[in-house]
Amino acid sequence: MSEGQYLTPTKAARGLGSAKSGTQHHIRLRVTAIALVFLVPWFLYAVIKASGAGYEGALVWVGQPINATLLLLTAAAVSYHMRLGMQVIIEDYIAKTGTRTTLLILNTFAAYAMFIAVAMAVVQIWTAG
Amino acid sequence: MVQLTLPQNSKVKKGKTWPKPQGATNLRAFRIYRFTPEEEGNPRWDTYWVDMDRAGTMILDVLIYIKNNIDPTLAFRRSCREGVCGSCAMNIAGRNTIACTKGFEELPSGEVVIAPLPHQPVVKDLIPDLTNFYAQHAYVQPFLKTSTPTPEKEWRQSAEDRTKLDGLYECILCASCSTSCPSYWWNGDKYLGPAALLQAYRWLIDSRDEATGERLDDLEDPFKLYRCHTIMNCTQVCPKGLNPAEAIAKIKHMMVERVA
Repeated sequence: MSEGQYLTPTKAARGLGSAKSGTQHHIRLRVTAIALVFLVPWFLYAVIKASGAGYEGALVWVGQPINATLLLLTAAAVSYHMRLGMQVIIEDYIAKTGTRTTLLILNTFAAYAMFIAVAMAVVQIWTAG
Repeated sequence: MVQLTLPQNSKVKKGKTWPKPQGATNLRAFRIYRFTPEEEGNPRWDTYWVDMDRAGTMILDVLIYIKNNIDPTLAFRRSCREGVCGSCAMNIAGRNTIACTKGFEELPSGEVVIAPLPHQPVVKDLIPDLTNFYAQHAYVQPFLKTSTPTPEKEWRQSAEDRTKLDGLYECILCASCSTSCPSYWWNGDKYLGPAALLQAYRWLIDSRDEATGERLDDLEDPFKLYRCHTIMNCTQVCPKGLNPAEAIAKIKHMMVERVA
């Protein structure tokens, strides 16, 4: 409660009431985490393996349907999980409403941009091959 | 950003070191937070030397000894002195607990630092203002809610269902858990905190209560419930050995259960 306000404790504790949401966020954060348990080790293994084959070799590797599909899945799960997780961190630590809203919007933009950039690159290599 | 450091007028300055009692052989130093709103200036750390042969065995005994024998202006809450009322909750040697069940022999050697419960407004010395904490407890409506007409004799409950309330009903509302939770420090105005949520679960799981759905509705909120990030400080400090973190996890389970 800021100074100069006369709110009853009940009024302050109830605030704007329950948003009746949050469970979907909770579920999605965990579902993407489960997906990443499998995708991240695959991705690390694949990057190490592909890096040995040079630029041309990497293009061939990305161009294979199974690798392209898994890459897109990884990018989707990472960016969505990142968006959800960063949202929680921003809500936790940024108290000022204006700054908080701005950062939340930028967080969403960044996640979409990251996914689209990866997707464009993969699709381009895939279709070129 | 959240306020990670104390504001200028809350920074704790060095205070008075009270004289050592005469003729005592078993002395121990206690550094205690002092603040009086009517007086100008910042809060301060006062150091008291206590004759441990005369002070009793618990930290509350030490505080009472100081108040009776050294400094009658030291203010703290206490009532039952046996871990039932929850009045004497404070931060002792860096950990929230109740002073009456904390033996000073459990503490590491050297000076013992005693401060009020963290991140709450201070009324005086070791007395925090828990108005918001109590209002949050009231928010979860900690009483039986039914729409079936009240039976003539009593609401019946099986022995098995009754055991589900063990580990929940024992909470004494001392606020040690909520005020040890970083999420509660940063967003205590919106996050209900472990104590209120433990009580919320106590009524959610009660086989006699008929308002489970409405209770879940009132809790489903990114701040009121989902600010819990399973940090577990609450469970670590609970002087009654309860597990608020588990209760909150079970509320989250119930939330998932009703949508999936």
